[in-house]
Amino acid sequence: MTGPEQQWREALSEGRLVFQRSRASGTVFFPPRITEPGTGDGDWEWVEAPSPATVYSVTVIPSRAGRATAVALVDFDGGGRMMGNVVGIDAESVAIGMRVDVFVDRTGDAPRVQFDATRAAR
Amino acid sequence: MTAGAFPRAQCSIAGAATWGVGEAPGHSAMEIAMRSAMGALDDAGLSVGDVDAVFGCLPGDLFAGLSFAEYLGIYPRFTDNNRTGGSSFISHLITACHGIAAGSFETALIAYGSNQRTGGGRLSTPAGWNEWDAMSDGLFPVSGYALAAARHMHEYGTTRTHLAEVAVAARKWAAGNPEAFVRDPLTIEDCLNARTISSPLGKFDCCLVTDGGAAIVVTSTERARDLRAAPVPVLGAAAATWYNSVSQSGDLTTTAAAESGPRAYRCAGIGLADVDVVQLYDAFTINTILFLEDLGFCPKGEGGAFVADGAIAPGGRLAVNTNGGGLSFGHPGMYGLFTLIEGVRQIRGEAANPLADVDIALAHANGGTLSSQATAILGSLATI
Repeated sequence: MTGPEQQWREALSEGRLVFQRSRASGTVFFPPRITEPGTGDGDWEWVEAPSPATVYSVTVIPSRAGRATAVALVDFDGGGRMMGNVVGIDAESVAIGMRVDVFVDRTGDAPRVQFDATRAAR
Repeated sequence: MTAGAFPRAQCSIAGAATWGVGEAPGHSAMEIAMRSAMGALDDAGLSVGDVDAVFGCLPGDLFAGLSFAEYLGIYPRFTDNNRTGGSSFISHLITACHGIAAGSFETALIAYGSNQRTGGGRLSTPAGWNEWDAMSDGLFPVSGYALAAARHMHEYGTTRTHLAEVAVAARKWAAGNPEAFVRDPLTIEDCLNARTISSPLGKFDCCLVTDGGAAIVVTSTERARDLRAAPVPVLGAAAATWYNSVSQSGDLTTTAAAESGPRAYRCAGIGLADVDVVQLYDAFTINTILFLEDLGFCPKGEGGAFVADGAIAPGGRLAVNTNGGGLSFGHPGMYGLFTLIEGVRQIRGEAANPLADVDIALAHANGGTLSSQATAILGSLATI
């Protein structure tokens, strides 16, 4: 039996973003931990992260090469927050409150969670 | 003993010094730290052999306290290189005061040095994003602060001009301080037109990258009265940690300063109206706004308006970062100790921009990305 971090990475490598949910309190938490933060309750289950999620804040990093990158903190419905790139539209157009689709980008060396704002911009 | 209890005024900063702020070519981080340490001991009229507790940090040496003791050739009874980021040194001060008041040791040295400017030219830190944040292309640590600034602007209508006011005020203080690394005039327009680093933060919203060291010597106030320099009693101090990653922050527009500040005031037995001068860790312009709010100088969300029209610049309503701060004085990577040094200098009347009749100075330091906050209240002997 591996630890929660390894289990989380294995899910990600299959293209699934998962969070933990305490069976007693229903609290959803991320990043992976052995127990629920604040209570130490070890009785939890994996749940699929819901999509779409909401941009809590966003910063744009210009690039000398041309393409700016939008990096956001994204809040998931029901709990959980992640930092990640927002793609699909102009970086400057990504706005707080925007609903973005969650996806696992497996095209690079390591899988990573990103957010797609294409649908929100339509 | 109640939570937050502190040995009010039982310990004092008996010596303080900086060394090599700006550029110190040809010197290692250790040499800069130890030049500062020797300066602080000399200021107090003490010698290396008097030190029996060692605290501090170096950029790349996670066992810095051990290295300091070895370098000085001393055998401390207590060593602590607790690392909460740039706030570490106020945490060290808290531990030192408790240890001295309890009789565990008598004379504490707290030291820091960095050669990040001449040694590499960029922020030197072993810290970085955690595994999960690292999936983004955010720049550590500036994007963390940028995310806080963007949210603050969204919720409260804070503007880039408000941020620029912080940078311009810092520069105006720096102009009067020969030790400050950057003293050229800076305008709001310059800030607004500067290259964006991570929006909404531009070049002048970000602290300097400099060399520099600082050190203080802490001992009992009773003993400090007989030493060379005027003692600066530590009236109260408190620290708080709410998270490490900004992704775990909850409300990113309120920091743990909202907890460390009030606890420090209670320990010190003072109110905000008693504070004569404020030294805040301004790694980025948004920090000053967040900390002025969280420490209670204005309501949450009104920090932008509070700093407008030169209100924290020389001649303004509140004297903030009278040395020029991390934005214009110097930022060797972990600035926290310099907030204490400038507080000491103001109380002793030795600051480059001296204010009249300073009896109480607030020093506040930030660690991580708004993660760890620590506040110290320093006084004059008249406040005991």
